[in-house]
Amino acid sequence: MFEVVLAVVRRDLKLAWRRQADIGAALFFFVIVASLFPLGVGPEPDLLRKLSPGVLWVGALLSTLLTLPRLFADDFRDGSLEQLMLAPQPLGLVVLGKVIAHWLVAGLPLALVAPVLGLQFDLPGDALAVLTLSIALGTPALSGIGAIGAALTLGLRGGAVLLSLLILPLYVPVLIFGAGAVDATLTGLGPQAHLSLLAALTVAGLCFAPFAAAAGLRIAVD
Amino acid sequence: MSNLNLFHYAAPATFYPLAGRLRPLFVALAILFGAAGLWLGLFVAPTDFQQGEGYRIIFVHVPASWMSMFIYCAMAFWGAMNLVFNTRLSGMMAQALAPTGALFAFLSLWTGALWGKPMWGTWWVWDARLTSELVLFFLYVGYMALVASIDDPRRADKAGAVLLLVGVVNIPIIYFSVQWWSTLHQGASISMTKAPSMAHTMLWGMLLMALSFWMYTIAVAFARVRAIILDRERHTDWVRALVRQA
Repeated sequence: MFEVVLAVVRRDLKLAWRRQADIGAALFFFVIVASLFPLGVGPEPDLLRKLSPGVLWVGALLSTLLTLPRLFADDFRDGSLEQLMLAPQPLGLVVLGKVIAHWLVAGLPLALVAPVLGLQFDLPGDALAVLTLSIALGTPALSGIGAIGAALTLGLRGGAVLLSLLILPLYVPVLIFGAGAVDATLTGLGPQAHLSLLAALTVAGLCFAPFAAAAGLRIAVD
Repeated sequence: MSNLNLFHYAAPATFYPLAGRLRPLFVALAILFGAAGLWLGLFVAPTDFQQGEGYRIIFVHVPASWMSMFIYCAMAFWGAMNLVFNTRLSGMMAQALAPTGALFAFLSLWTGALWGKPMWGTWWVWDARLTSELVLFFLYVGYMALVASIDDPRRADKAGAVLLLVGVVNIPIIYFSVQWWSTLHQGASISMTKAPSMAHTMLWGMLLMALSFWMYTIAVAFARVRAIILDRERHTDWVRALVRQA
Protein backbone atom coordinates (compact mmCIF):
# COMPACT_ATOMS: atom_id res chain seq x y z
CA MET A 1 0.00 0.00 0.00
CA PHE A 2 2.90 2.35 0.68
CA GLU A 3 4.17 1.87 -2.84
CA VAL A 4 1.83 4.64 -3.87
CA VAL A 5 3.53 6.99 -1.37
CA LEU A 6 6.92 6.18 -2.83
CA ALA A 7 5.66 6.51 -6.38
CA VAL A 8 4.20 9.97 -5.69
CA VAL A 9 7.37 11.08 -3.89
CA ARG A 10 9.49 9.94 -6.81
CA ARG A 11 7.22 11.64 -9.34
CA ASP A 12 7.08 14.95 -7.45
CA LEU A 13 10.82 14.98 -6.90
CA LYS A 14 11.38 14.42 -10.60
CA LEU A 15 9.01 17.27 -11.45
CA ALA A 16 10.70 19.54 -8.92
CA TRP A 17 14.13 18.63 -10.25
CA ARG A 18 13.10 19.80 -13.70
CA ARG A 19 12.18 23.19 -12.30
CA GLN A 20 15.08 23.84 -9.97
CA ALA A 21 14.61 27.60 -10.07
CA ASP A 22 11.50 27.26 -7.89
CA ILE A 23 13.42 25.49 -5.13
CA GLY A 24 16.14 28.14 -5.26
CA ALA A 25 13.66 31.02 -5.11
CA ALA A 26 12.05 29.88 -1.86
CA LEU A 27 15.45 29.21 -0.36
CA PHE A 28 16.74 32.65 -1.29
CA PHE A 29 13.59 34.19 0.13
CA PHE A 30 14.55 32.63 3.46
CA VAL A 31 18.13 33.93 3.20
CA ILE A 32 17.00 37.44 2.26
CA VAL A 33 14.37 37.69 5.01
CA ALA A 34 16.94 36.57 7.58
CA SER A 35 19.46 39.10 6.25
CA LEU A 36 16.98 41.96 6.43
CA PHE A 37 16.51 41.68 10.18
CA PRO A 38 19.97 42.84 11.22
CA LEU A 39 19.49 45.81 8.92
CA GLY A 40 16.24 46.59 10.70
CA VAL A 41 17.22 46.10 14.34
CA GLY A 42 20.92 46.96 14.31
CA PRO A 43 24.13 44.93 14.30
CA GLU A 44 24.66 44.33 18.07
CA PRO A 45 25.63 40.62 18.39
CA ASP A 46 23.90 40.17 21.74
CA LEU A 47 20.58 41.43 20.45
CA LEU A 48 20.85 39.41 17.24
CA ARG A 49 21.68 36.24 19.13
CA LYS A 50 18.62 36.73 21.25
CA LEU A 51 16.38 37.38 18.26
CA SER A 52 17.80 34.73 15.96
CA PRO A 53 15.70 31.67 16.95
CA GLY A 54 12.47 33.55 16.34
CA VAL A 55 13.66 35.36 13.22
CA LEU A 56 15.03 32.24 11.55
CA TRP A 57 11.99 30.20 12.45
CA VAL A 58 9.55 32.83 11.19
CA GLY A 59 11.62 33.05 8.01
CA ALA A 60 11.45 29.28 7.55
CA LEU A 61 7.71 29.36 8.16
CA LEU A 62 7.09 32.09 5.58
CA SER A 63 9.34 30.42 3.06
CA THR A 64 7.39 27.16 3.44
CA LEU A 65 4.20 29.12 2.99
CA LEU A 66 5.46 30.54 -0.31
CA THR A 67 5.83 27.13 -1.90
CA LEU A 68 2.56 25.70 -0.59
CA PRO A 69 0.11 27.07 -3.21
CA ARG A 70 2.03 25.09 -5.83
CA LEU A 71 1.55 21.83 -3.92
CA PHE A 72 -1.62 20.85 -5.76
CA ALA A 73 -2.13 23.72 -8.23
CA ASP A 74 0.00 22.35 -11.10
CA ASP A 75 -1.56 18.88 -10.88
CA PHE A 76 -4.98 20.47 -10.66
CA ARG A 77 -4.38 22.54 -13.79
CA ASP A 78 -3.16 19.72 -16.02
CA GLY A 79 -5.74 17.24 -14.76
CA SER A 80 -3.36 14.75 -13.20
CA LEU A 81 -4.83 15.47 -9.77
CA GLU A 82 -8.17 14.08 -10.91
CA GLN A 83 -6.43 10.97 -12.18
CA LEU A 84 -4.70 10.56 -8.82
CA MET A 85 -8.06 10.88 -7.10
CA LEU A 86 -9.54 8.20 -9.32
CA ALA A 87 -6.76 5.79 -8.40
CA PRO A 88 -7.82 2.86 -6.17
CA GLN A 89 -5.26 3.80 -3.50
CA PRO A 90 -6.47 6.04 -0.64
CA LEU A 91 -6.15 9.70 -1.52
CA GLY A 92 -4.66 10.36 1.92
CA LEU A 93 -1.59 8.31 1.02
CA VAL A 94 -1.19 10.18 -2.26
CA VAL A 95 -1.29 13.44 -0.29
CA LEU A 96 1.21 11.99 2.20
CA GLY A 97 3.55 11.32 -0.71
CA LYS A 98 3.15 14.87 -1.96
CA VAL A 99 3.76 16.22 1.56
CA ILE A 100 6.96 14.19 1.91
CA ALA A 101 8.14 15.39 -1.49
CA HIS A 102 7.29 18.97 -0.54
CA TRP A 103 9.32 18.63 2.63
CA LEU A 104 12.30 17.21 0.75
CA VAL A 105 12.15 20.08 -1.73
CA ALA A 106 11.12 22.99 0.48
CA GLY A 107 11.77 22.03 4.11
CA LEU A 108 15.04 20.13 4.16
CA PRO A 109 17.00 22.80 2.21
CA LEU A 110 15.91 25.36 4.82
CA ALA A 111 17.40 23.18 7.56
CA LEU A 112 20.64 22.88 5.61
CA VAL A 113 20.95 26.64 5.02
CA ALA A 114 19.85 27.63 8.53
CA PRO A 115 23.25 27.05 10.26
CA VAL A 116 24.94 29.45 7.83
CA LEU A 117 22.37 32.10 8.63
CA GLY A 118 22.73 31.24 12.31
CA LEU A 119 26.42 32.10 12.06
CA GLN A 120 25.47 35.56 10.82
CA PHE A 121 23.42 35.92 13.98
CA ASP A 122 26.39 34.88 16.12
CA LEU A 123 24.85 31.66 17.39
CA PRO A 124 27.24 29.28 19.22
CA GLY A 125 27.93 25.80 17.85
CA ASP A 126 25.50 23.75 19.92
CA ALA A 127 22.68 26.20 19.18
CA LEU A 128 23.45 25.90 15.47
CA ALA A 129 23.10 22.14 15.67
CA VAL A 130 19.80 22.43 17.55
CA LEU A 131 18.57 25.02 15.04
CA THR A 132 19.25 22.66 12.14
CA LEU A 133 17.68 19.75 13.94
CA SER A 134 14.60 21.70 15.00
CA ILE A 135 13.95 23.02 11.49
CA ALA A 136 14.46 19.56 10.02
CA LEU A 137 12.08 18.09 12.63
CA GLY A 138 9.47 20.82 12.44
CA THR A 139 9.11 21.49 8.72
CA PRO A 140 7.36 18.17 7.96
CA ALA A 141 4.57 19.35 10.28
CA LEU A 142 4.51 22.66 8.39
CA SER A 143 4.20 20.82 5.08
CA GLY A 144 1.47 18.55 6.46
CA ILE A 145 -0.68 21.29 8.01
CA GLY A 146 -0.03 23.49 4.98
CA ALA A 147 -1.36 20.78 2.68
CA ILE A 148 -4.78 21.19 4.32
CA GLY A 149 -4.79 24.88 3.51
CA ALA A 150 -3.47 24.28 0.01
CA ALA A 151 -6.26 21.78 -0.63
CA LEU A 152 -8.98 24.05 0.75
CA THR A 153 -7.87 27.08 -1.26
CA LEU A 154 -7.25 25.14 -4.48
CA GLY A 155 -8.41 27.13 -7.49
CA LEU A 156 -9.70 30.12 -5.51
CA ARG A 157 -8.96 33.70 -6.42
CA GLY A 158 -6.48 35.24 -4.01
CA GLY A 159 -5.62 31.71 -2.91
CA ALA A 160 -2.10 32.50 -1.69
CA VAL A 161 -3.13 35.29 0.69
CA LEU A 162 -6.06 33.23 1.89
CA LEU A 163 -3.76 30.28 2.47
CA SER A 164 -1.55 32.27 4.80
CA LEU A 165 -4.60 33.57 6.66
CA LEU A 166 -5.86 30.02 7.24
CA ILE A 167 -2.58 28.32 7.99
CA LEU A 168 -0.44 30.75 9.96
CA PRO A 169 -2.54 30.55 13.15
CA LEU A 170 -2.23 26.77 13.01
CA TYR A 171 1.55 27.06 12.77
CA VAL A 172 1.78 28.69 16.20
CA PRO A 173 2.69 25.52 18.16
CA VAL A 174 5.41 24.52 15.69
CA LEU A 175 6.91 27.99 15.87
CA ILE A 176 6.83 28.01 19.66
CA PHE A 177 8.53 24.66 20.12
CA GLY A 178 10.94 25.12 17.22
CA ALA A 179 12.20 28.52 18.29
CA GLY A 180 11.89 27.42 21.91
CA ALA A 181 14.36 24.57 21.37
CA VAL A 182 17.05 26.98 20.13
CA ASP A 183 16.21 29.46 22.86
CA ALA A 184 16.47 26.78 25.52
CA THR A 185 19.92 25.82 24.21
CA LEU A 186 21.04 29.42 24.38
CA THR A 187 19.89 29.80 27.97
CA GLY A 188 21.38 26.47 28.99
CA LEU A 189 18.14 24.66 29.71
CA GLY A 190 18.64 21.96 27.07
CA PRO A 191 16.42 21.47 24.04
CA GLN A 192 15.21 17.90 24.66
CA ALA A 193 11.70 18.75 25.84
CA HIS A 194 11.06 21.14 22.95
CA LEU A 195 12.47 18.77 20.36
CA SER A 196 10.35 15.90 21.69
CA LEU A 197 7.21 18.01 21.45
CA LEU A 198 8.22 19.17 17.98
CA ALA A 199 8.65 15.55 16.90
CA ALA A 200 5.26 14.76 18.40
CA LEU A 201 3.68 17.56 16.36
CA THR A 202 5.35 16.26 13.22
CA VAL A 203 4.21 12.69 13.81
CA ALA A 204 0.65 13.80 14.54
CA GLY A 205 0.69 16.19 11.60
CA LEU A 206 1.90 13.57 9.15
CA CYS A 207 -0.60 11.00 10.44
CA PHE A 208 -3.74 13.11 10.32
CA ALA A 209 -3.16 16.13 8.11
CA PRO A 210 -2.92 14.21 4.79
CA PHE A 211 -6.39 12.79 5.36
CA ALA A 212 -7.87 16.18 6.20
CA ALA A 213 -6.17 17.54 3.09
CA ALA A 214 -7.60 14.66 1.06
CA ALA A 215 -11.09 15.60 2.30
CA GLY A 216 -10.35 19.18 1.27
CA LEU A 217 -9.24 18.04 -2.19
CA ARG A 218 -12.42 16.05 -2.71
CA ILE A 219 -14.44 19.15 -1.86
CA ALA A 220 -12.34 21.38 -4.10
CA VAL A 221 -12.31 19.14 -7.17
CA ASP A 222 -15.88 17.90 -6.78
CA MET B 1 -39.86 6.31 16.17
CA SER B 2 -41.71 6.88 12.95
CA ASN B 3 -43.49 10.00 14.15
CA LEU B 4 -40.32 11.47 15.66
CA ASN B 5 -38.33 13.06 12.88
CA LEU B 6 -35.20 14.76 14.14
CA PHE B 7 -34.47 16.07 10.69
CA HIS B 8 -37.81 17.78 10.23
CA TYR B 9 -36.34 21.19 10.97
CA ALA B 10 -33.15 20.46 9.04
CA ALA B 11 -34.86 21.66 5.88
CA PRO B 12 -34.42 25.40 5.34
CA ALA B 13 -38.07 25.74 4.32
CA THR B 14 -39.30 24.47 7.71
CA PHE B 15 -36.56 26.06 9.78
CA TYR B 16 -37.08 29.53 8.35
CA PRO B 17 -40.50 30.12 10.00
CA LEU B 18 -39.39 28.36 13.20
CA ALA B 19 -36.37 30.65 13.53
CA GLY B 20 -38.61 33.60 12.87
CA ARG B 21 -41.02 32.58 15.62
CA LEU B 22 -38.31 31.79 18.18
CA ARG B 23 -36.17 34.85 17.58
CA PRO B 24 -38.30 37.37 19.57
CA LEU B 25 -38.23 34.95 22.51
CA PHE B 26 -34.44 34.88 22.53
CA VAL B 27 -34.25 38.65 22.08
CA ALA B 28 -36.49 39.08 25.12
CA LEU B 29 -34.44 36.59 27.16
CA ALA B 30 -31.21 38.33 26.17
CA ILE B 31 -32.55 41.70 27.31
CA LEU B 32 -33.95 40.22 30.52
CA PHE B 33 -30.79 38.36 31.52
CA GLY B 34 -28.65 41.28 30.40
CA ALA B 35 -30.59 43.78 32.51
CA ALA B 36 -30.47 41.50 35.54
CA GLY B 37 -26.77 40.76 35.06
CA LEU B 38 -25.84 44.42 34.62
CA TRP B 39 -27.90 45.46 37.63
CA LEU B 40 -26.25 42.77 39.74
CA GLY B 41 -22.81 43.56 38.36
CA LEU B 42 -22.91 47.35 38.42
CA PHE B 43 -25.02 48.08 41.52
CA VAL B 44 -25.22 45.06 43.81
CA ALA B 45 -21.80 43.42 43.56
CA PRO B 46 -19.38 44.79 46.18
CA THR B 47 -16.39 46.92 45.21
CA ASP B 48 -13.22 44.89 44.90
CA PHE B 49 -10.81 45.88 47.66
CA GLN B 50 -7.79 45.60 45.38
CA GLN B 51 -9.08 46.75 42.02
CA GLY B 52 -11.77 49.23 43.06
CA GLU B 53 -14.60 49.81 40.62
CA GLY B 54 -12.51 49.05 37.55
CA TYR B 55 -12.93 45.33 37.94
CA ARG B 56 -16.57 45.58 36.89
CA ILE B 57 -15.61 45.18 33.26
CA ILE B 58 -15.26 41.51 34.19
CA PHE B 59 -19.02 41.20 33.68
CA VAL B 60 -18.53 41.79 29.97
CA HIS B 61 -15.02 40.48 29.54
CA VAL B 62 -15.32 36.98 30.96
CA PRO B 63 -18.69 36.08 29.37
CA ALA B 64 -17.41 37.39 26.01
CA SER B 65 -14.35 35.14 26.27
CA TRP B 66 -16.50 32.15 27.19
CA MET B 67 -18.81 32.75 24.27
CA SER B 68 -15.96 33.23 21.79
CA MET B 69 -14.65 29.78 22.68
CA PHE B 70 -18.05 28.15 22.87
CA ILE B 71 -19.20 29.52 19.52
CA TYR B 72 -16.16 28.06 17.78
CA CYS B 73 -17.06 24.65 19.19
CA ALA B 74 -20.67 25.12 18.11
CA MET B 75 -19.49 26.00 14.60
CA ALA B 76 -17.27 22.92 14.53
CA PHE B 77 -20.31 20.87 15.60
CA TRP B 78 -22.34 22.25 12.69
CA GLY B 79 -19.38 21.66 10.40
CA ALA B 80 -19.26 18.01 11.45
CA MET B 81 -23.03 17.73 10.95
CA ASN B 82 -22.57 19.18 7.48
CA LEU B 83 -19.90 16.67 6.53
CA VAL B 84 -21.66 13.69 8.09
CA PHE B 85 -25.30 14.25 7.16
CA ASN B 86 -24.77 16.60 4.24
CA THR B 87 -27.57 18.88 5.43
CA ARG B 88 -27.67 22.34 3.94
CA LEU B 89 -28.83 24.06 7.10
CA SER B 90 -25.82 23.01 9.17
CA GLY B 91 -23.44 24.85 6.88
CA MET B 92 -25.68 27.91 7.02
CA MET B 93 -25.69 27.77 10.83
CA ALA B 94 -21.90 27.62 10.95
CA GLN B 95 -21.71 30.65 8.70
CA ALA B 96 -24.36 32.51 10.66
CA LEU B 97 -22.45 32.00 13.93
CA ALA B 98 -19.04 33.06 12.65
CA PRO B 99 -19.40 36.88 12.76
CA THR B 100 -20.82 36.73 16.30
CA GLY B 101 -17.95 34.52 17.42
CA ALA B 102 -15.41 36.90 15.92
CA LEU B 103 -17.24 39.81 17.55
CA PHE B 104 -17.00 38.19 20.99
CA ALA B 105 -13.34 37.32 20.49
CA PHE B 106 -12.65 40.92 19.56
CA LEU B 107 -14.77 42.20 22.45
CA SER B 108 -12.86 39.96 24.82
CA LEU B 109 -9.51 41.31 23.58
CA TRP B 110 -10.74 44.90 23.65
CA THR B 111 -12.25 44.77 27.15
CA GLY B 112 -9.14 42.90 28.26
CA ALA B 113 -7.02 45.80 27.05
CA LEU B 114 -9.30 48.31 28.76
CA TRP B 115 -9.07 46.31 31.97
CA GLY B 116 -5.33 45.78 31.68
CA LYS B 117 -4.47 49.46 31.35
CA PRO B 118 -5.60 50.60 34.81
CA MET B 119 -4.78 47.30 36.56
CA TRP B 120 -1.37 46.40 35.14
CA GLY B 121 -0.50 49.70 33.51
CA THR B 122 -0.33 48.21 30.03
CA TRP B 123 -2.80 47.57 27.22
CA TRP B 124 -1.33 44.25 26.24
CA VAL B 125 0.85 41.55 27.73
CA TRP B 126 1.90 38.37 25.96
CA ASP B 127 0.07 36.29 28.49
CA ALA B 128 -1.03 32.79 27.54
CA ARG B 129 -4.73 33.56 27.64
CA LEU B 130 -4.47 36.80 25.71
CA THR B 131 -2.31 35.20 23.06
CA SER B 132 -4.54 32.19 22.56
CA GLU B 133 -7.60 34.44 22.40
CA LEU B 134 -5.80 36.42 19.70
CA VAL B 135 -5.08 33.21 17.77
CA LEU B 136 -8.74 32.25 18.14
CA PHE B 137 -9.69 35.59 16.63
CA PHE B 138 -7.35 34.85 13.71
CA LEU B 139 -9.04 31.47 13.25
CA TYR B 140 -12.44 33.17 13.00
CA VAL B 141 -11.08 35.63 10.46
CA GLY B 142 -9.54 32.81 8.44
CA TYR B 143 -12.81 30.88 8.40
CA MET B 144 -14.81 33.90 7.27
CA ALA B 145 -12.25 34.77 4.59
CA LEU B 146 -12.29 31.22 3.24
CA VAL B 147 -16.08 31.01 3.14
CA ALA B 148 -16.38 34.45 1.55
CA SER B 149 -13.97 33.65 -1.25
CA ILE B 150 -15.73 30.50 -2.47
CA ASP B 151 -18.63 31.27 -4.79
CA ASP B 152 -20.35 27.89 -4.71
CA PRO B 153 -22.17 27.85 -1.35
CA ARG B 154 -22.08 24.07 -0.92
CA ARG B 155 -18.34 24.00 -1.49
CA ALA B 156 -17.92 26.97 0.85
CA ASP B 157 -19.83 25.13 3.59
CA LYS B 158 -17.81 21.96 3.24
CA ALA B 159 -14.41 23.63 2.95
CA GLY B 160 -15.32 25.74 5.98
CA ALA B 161 -16.37 22.60 7.85
CA VAL B 162 -13.01 20.92 7.23
CA LEU B 163 -11.22 24.06 8.39
CA LEU B 164 -13.39 24.26 11.53
CA LEU B 165 -12.68 20.66 12.44
CA VAL B 166 -8.95 21.10 11.90
CA GLY B 167 -9.14 24.27 13.99
CA VAL B 168 -11.03 22.68 16.84
CA VAL B 169 -8.47 19.88 17.07
CA ASN B 170 -5.71 22.48 17.07
CA ILE B 171 -7.17 24.82 19.68
CA PRO B 172 -6.08 22.73 22.70
CA ILE B 173 -2.62 22.25 21.18
CA ILE B 174 -2.31 25.97 20.54
CA TYR B 175 -3.59 26.77 24.01
CA PHE B 176 -1.12 24.54 25.81
CA SER B 177 1.82 25.48 23.64
CA VAL B 178 1.12 29.16 24.20
CA GLN B 179 0.70 28.60 27.92
CA TRP B 180 4.01 26.83 28.18
CA TRP B 181 5.69 29.44 26.03
CA SER B 182 4.50 32.32 28.21
CA THR B 183 5.59 30.66 31.45
CA LEU B 184 9.05 30.18 29.95
CA HIS B 185 9.36 33.69 28.61
CA GLN B 186 8.00 36.05 31.18
CA GLY B 187 8.49 36.08 34.88
CA ALA B 188 5.61 35.97 37.31
CA SER B 189 5.23 39.73 37.24
CA ILE B 190 1.55 39.51 36.43
CA SER B 191 -0.57 36.59 37.38
CA MET B 192 -4.03 36.43 35.95
CA THR B 193 -4.71 32.97 37.26
CA LYS B 194 -4.66 33.95 40.92
CA ALA B 195 -8.21 35.22 40.99
CA PRO B 196 -9.26 36.25 44.49
CA SER B 197 -12.13 34.19 45.76
CA MET B 198 -15.15 35.74 44.19
CA ALA B 199 -18.21 37.05 45.97
CA HIS B 200 -21.39 35.19 45.14
CA THR B 201 -23.05 38.23 43.63
CA MET B 202 -20.12 38.66 41.25
CA LEU B 203 -20.38 35.07 40.11
CA TRP B 204 -24.13 35.41 39.59
CA GLY B 205 -23.69 38.61 37.66
CA MET B 206 -21.18 36.92 35.40
CA LEU B 207 -23.39 33.88 34.87
CA LEU B 208 -26.39 36.07 34.04
CA MET B 209 -24.33 38.06 31.57
CA ALA B 210 -23.10 34.82 30.01
CA LEU B 211 -26.71 33.67 29.64
CA SER B 212 -27.62 37.01 28.12
CA PHE B 213 -24.77 36.75 25.59
CA TRP B 214 -25.83 33.21 24.85
CA MET B 215 -29.41 34.24 24.11
CA TYR B 216 -28.12 37.18 22.05
CA THR B 217 -25.97 34.80 20.03
CA ILE B 218 -28.94 32.55 19.27
CA ALA B 219 -31.15 35.50 18.34
CA VAL B 220 -28.56 37.03 16.04
CA ALA B 221 -27.64 33.67 14.51
CA PHE B 222 -31.32 33.03 13.77
CA ALA B 223 -31.70 36.42 12.13
CA ARG B 224 -28.58 35.85 10.07
CA VAL B 225 -29.45 32.30 9.10
CA ARG B 226 -32.85 33.52 7.89
CA ALA B 227 -31.13 35.98 5.59
CA ILE B 228 -28.78 33.27 4.34
CA ILE B 229 -31.70 30.90 3.73
CA LEU B 230 -33.56 33.52 1.71
CA ASP B 231 -30.44 34.28 -0.30
CA ARG B 232 -29.60 30.68 -1.11
CA GLU B 233 -33.15 29.42 -1.66
CA ARG B 234 -34.28 32.35 -3.76
CA HIS B 235 -34.90 30.06 -6.73
CA THR B 236 -37.41 27.91 -4.80
CA ASP B 237 -41.17 28.23 -4.93
CA TRP B 238 -41.68 28.77 -1.21
CA VAL B 239 -39.32 31.77 -1.12
CA ARG B 240 -41.04 33.24 -4.17
CA ALA B 241 -44.41 32.78 -2.50
CA LEU B 242 -43.04 34.38 0.68
CA VAL B 243 -41.76 37.39 -1.22
CA ARG B 244 -45.04 37.75 -3.10
CA GLN B 245 -46.92 37.79 0.21
CA ALA B 246 -44.73 40.47 1.67
